[in-house]
Amino acid sequence: MTASSRRTMVTIGLLALWAFPLYWMVVSSLSPESRLFDAPSLLPGAPVLDHYAALFRERRFWIPVRNSLIVAGATTALAIAVGTPCAYALARLRFAGRPWLMLAILGVSIFPQIAILSPLFLALRGAGLIDTYPGLVLPYVTFAMPLAIWLMTGFFRELPREIEDAARLDGAGPLRVAIEITVPLAAPAVATTAILTFLYAWNEFLFALSFTLGPDRQTVPVAIALFRGQYQVPWGEVLAAAVVASIPVTLVVLGFQRRIVSGLTSGAVKG
Amino acid sequence: MTRSTRDARLAWLLMAPALALLVLVAAGPVAAAFRESLHASDLRMPWLGRPFVGGANYVAAAADERFRAALAHTVAFTAASVALELIFGLALALALHGLTRGRALARVVVLLPWALPTVVAALVWRFMFESPGGVVHALPGPDLDWLSHPLRAWVPIVLGDVWKTTPFVALLLLAGLQGIDPALYEAARLDGASAWRRLVHITLPLLRPALLVALVFRALDAFRVFDLVFVLTGGGPGTSTEVVSTYAFRTLMQDLRFGYGSALSVLIFAISFVVALVCVRALGSAAPDARQRSRRLRRVA
Repeated sequence: MTASSRRTMVTIGLLALWAFPLYWMVVSSLSPESRLFDAPSLLPGAPVLDHYAALFRERRFWIPVRNSLIVAGATTALAIAVGTPCAYALARLRFAGRPWLMLAILGVSIFPQIAILSPLFLALRGAGLIDTYPGLVLPYVTFAMPLAIWLMTGFFRELPREIEDAARLDGAGPLRVAIEITVPLAAPAVATTAILTFLYAWNEFLFALSFTLGPDRQTVPVAIALFRGQYQVPWGEVLAAAVVASIPVTLVVLGFQRRIVSGLTSGAVKG
Repeated sequence: MTRSTRDARLAWLLMAPALALLVLVAAGPVAAAFRESLHASDLRMPWLGRPFVGGANYVAAAADERFRAALAHTVAFTAASVALELIFGLALALALHGLTRGRALARVVVLLPWALPTVVAALVWRFMFESPGGVVHALPGPDLDWLSHPLRAWVPIVLGDVWKTTPFVALLLLAGLQGIDPALYEAARLDGASAWRRLVHITLPLLRPALLVALVFRALDAFRVFDLVFVLTGGGPGTSTEVVSTYAFRTLMQDLRFGYGSALSVLIFAISFVVALVCVRALGSAAPDARQRSRRLRRVA
């Protein structure tokens, strides 16, 4: 075997290894319960949709799906609305203490969420926000803020300044320059930030687990993690739920893979 | 008003909502957690009130065998999974870099595990290791019980983490690889250097900044591990896979010991902070390297 075909084999092997757990999840979610645990066969049999039917009919899984969509959607919209002006100021306007502020904002991204769980719980309880959508959106927006600001500040800085300077020479105020010139140019960065924020909010578990009380406001990850049968784990339904939880993520990945990669690497490399 | 004071005023105005959130929902609560940790506070026994106890909770944490064990587990988990992630991440990055066809497909395969909820990853790995009948039992070799064994239960946890987060490492390293001048490899090949020597003498030194960034991010993240352990083993069997986050969570949200749980949270925060500081210093010393050598990673500095 030549070196290059050996290399291709290794590459395919690695990728197959990475794809296998997902393949197995999908195949198992389509297998009848009786076949789930006897002598696993790697090839799928005739697909059975029982688990999915049970998921939506008996478990009313559309409730957590709805909750997750609302929470992740609101988080994304708010993070963009709050993060964009802040990033613009950090990138373009001159004021004292700017580098320190940047560092402090980044510092929040290393916060272990568990570190603020107790006071946040008490504060949300005091404000009557436990088991509500705002009770989740508020912490999510906050924890999405560092990455959002970081990504967009980096992007604003890379935009050519000349256009803005010209507009300012013509007498436009800084706010007008920002709204009419800079922000429209920043649409790609806003899109990247929105995607990463949505994924974060869709996937978050610890806050959602701690700040919701029952099925009415539970998000998808919490609902799946707390799936219990009476005596044993109802694996068929759990896996079907896992597949459902993966669908929006998969769509996002399929639609925006390049953007995610660039956001991920620049977010990390610059950080 | 001069242009610069007008700029400054506008800047603070634009930043106000974001900063208010960060102060109220992130920084404030850290201070509140610290204050809470200096009190005896047990939500199951509200009639006891919330007396000030000074450092008593911290003294208790220092003597708490279970906390020390959880800390040791967390450190061992972090070391093992980050080491594996760097090795596999490098392998995946090299594989993706050499790919001429099917790049888009490969990128999707790699991105999916990273993008999925950790809860899903945990469930899939638990399902594969479930006894009896999980798919690992179809592999050749002795038929072992995984999740009910105190040491072997770590295997699906570490593998699940490696599976989910290696893609992140791989993509970072891939960006680094793409910044290396191919002429270097040509020259080495002409000089008769083997593939292994090219890896050790060209790729690895030039990837050092990217490797360090990946190491820092992954180590900080692995230290916070919660979802994976909570869903995969629940810290069990017994407390043999308990990590600091799951222990603090249990103390707070299940035992409702808010004073003591807050002390544990503050300790976790302090440890992460120190580790982050050490890492930032390490990165800082690696940065000049990056600036000279790799165009893409110049931004590290």
